[in-house]
Amino acid sequence: MTSMRDVPIVTRPHVENFIRWSADKPEVVVLSADLTNSCEVGKWRDTYPERFFSMGMAEQNMLGFAGGLAREGFEPWLHTFAVFLYRRPLDQLQMSIAYPNLKVRLVGFLPGITTPGGVTHQAIDDVAVMRAIPNMTILETGDATEVESVLDVAHAIDGPVYIRMLRGEVPRLFPENEPFVLDRARVLTLAGDTIDSPTDVLVLTSGILTEEALRAVPALQEAGVAVTHLHISTLKPFTDPMVARALAATTGAVITMENHTITGGLGSAVAETMAETGATAPLHRIGLKDTYAHGASQAHLLREYDLDAFSLIRTTEVALDRSLGIDAADLAPVRIAATHSAAKVEAL
Amino acid sequence: MRDKVVGQLITLYAVPVTEPQDIAAGVRRRVLAHVLANNGGYLSQACSAAELLAVLYGRVLNLSSTDGPLHPSPFEAVPSSDTPRISGGVFHGEPGPDLDRFIISPAHYALVVYAALIEAGRLDEAALDQFNKDGSTVEMIGAEHSPGFETTTGSLAQALSTAGGIALGRRLKNETGRTFVFMSDGEFQEGQTWEAVQALAYYRLDSVRVVVDVNRAQCDGPMDSVMSIEPLATKLKAFGASVDSIDGHNITTLAHSLERPTGKPHFVLAYTDPTRGVPLLNERRPVLHYLRFTSDEERSRYQVFYEELLTEGAQR
Repeated sequence: MTSMRDVPIVTRPHVENFIRWSADKPEVVVLSADLTNSCEVGKWRDTYPERFFSMGMAEQNMLGFAGGLAREGFEPWLHTFAVFLYRRPLDQLQMSIAYPNLKVRLVGFLPGITTPGGVTHQAIDDVAVMRAIPNMTILETGDATEVESVLDVAHAIDGPVYIRMLRGEVPRLFPENEPFVLDRARVLTLAGDTIDSPTDVLVLTSGILTEEALRAVPALQEAGVAVTHLHISTLKPFTDPMVARALAATTGAVITMENHTITGGLGSAVAETMAETGATAPLHRIGLKDTYAHGASQAHLLREYDLDAFSLIRTTEVALDRSLGIDAADLAPVRIAATHSAAKVEAL
Repeated sequence: MRDKVVGQLITLYAVPVTEPQDIAAGVRRRVLAHVLANNGGYLSQACSAAELLAVLYGRVLNLSSTDGPLHPSPFEAVPSSDTPRISGGVFHGEPGPDLDRFIISPAHYALVVYAALIEAGRLDEAALDQFNKDGSTVEMIGAEHSPGFETTTGSLAQALSTAGGIALGRRLKNETGRTFVFMSDGEFQEGQTWEAVQALAYYRLDSVRVVVDVNRAQCDGPMDSVMSIEPLATKLKAFGASVDSIDGHNITTLAHSLERPTGKPHFVLAYTDPTRGVPLLNERRPVLHYLRFTSDEERSRYQVFYEELLTEGAQR
């Protein structure tokens, strides 16, 4: 269990890691749509110019080219902002890549409210859309270790993969020797001795909201709440038996936290699993409540839309119908990444 | 009726013919026979594209042999990690580095493509009995398991981008074969087509050779009443392509234009007549996209015309 007071920050973990990882994989090519440095592959382009292809601001065509390259045995890694991979070119994504089950890797940056770019740049419904696409695998990174190790996971999958990717200043929450494993939750806190031990509250979090939950869980424990906290990094498939066991062991409430609309993402996946397995605790979904967001800093938006650590406290109080006597000062400190950081090439 | 038609065709085409003009005539006859037997079909596309496909399959395309007509496999499953893709490209023979590839974009031309493959000796003529039948891969709108198709293109204007990726991949592998693409003119109304042309030109993918059936007809009627695409050649040249605008029924011109090296992605704008070879269709103008007989009288006139075609074919 990581203490939030000493979380190391890794600056641009994808840059060098992706270059090293690609060295012995000549089939890996990168396609970019005018966001090369913004997606941390500028140095990759300069290292491997013969397998980097600038496709311009033309995502529909880029997805088609990717399908063609994959049919010829290459493994295209598309780097652009997440919104431009599934909103504008959704038909191309489905017909030219997903239906034929081609090994195209869609690396989507700026998931959810991680950007001050506003509604046009904030992928708040991407998981919902992607979950509805047959053959698609959906991975979400929550820290630097996952940014680094998601590459091997995606590489091994026979079919298209969508990755919610982090960039810039990324915390390392998980040990480097505990890589991303497909369809396996990370146990961050256990209420009892095992995943099957009775639990008051089960918290399932993904992406950047895991860091928020890590700030709040110690306060919940101090207030006497038996909490199990799982970090979810594979959103499709969503068949980890440990999740079903944790749901079955929960008596008070299940709380999901996602940097995404509560419709169709992690909260919905958990609801489906609960219904299918007969888990009976009430479900509370923390996420964007069927609303778009707007342009502002991540810290501001986390507070405004009740996505932050304190929102987990309040939701737990509502779920358990009692006051826990916790106030914001009791939580581990907020790590605020600068909106205009040297770790980003542009302000977005 | 249907059995009678098929029986006659089997008699006539027991030995495949491969001269382009014979393939083209056969395409029209087969599609007309099918339309008569099924009271409907995409006949005008056969009339406009017969020579294009005949020249490609009969002369221009450098494909490996299928060692005779292949039987289409029944539908088994859509592609997934458990069920590998079945490609309609098997009817184009085993691919090779120095061989051509042929990507068909307008999936609505499926019946015409099947007819051309039969005439070229690559598809068993009994395949048309499975056309649009449940459980068959010989689908009405060609899927990528359908004979001749190797990409999913029923949502139009996606094949050119995929072909660009295929051509780029082949270049990276130092393959010398060309990548031909068959498109319909309506696809130039889609923005993706122009994104693709711009990328083909930017990467100088001169191995991509596109033939366009400019029949100026689309689902709602004549293109100029729906959305004009002209001046198409001027636009394509401005995007960095080489362009030939030619008579799409002239086999010699088609073959020359398709083969002509240009150092650029090359577009052959084959201007065609969607009633060519079946003048009765002119009564249907301006809407030619799909033929369904409106009366027994109309149908019987097509039947008479068809029997005249058969007689001509037998005398050749």
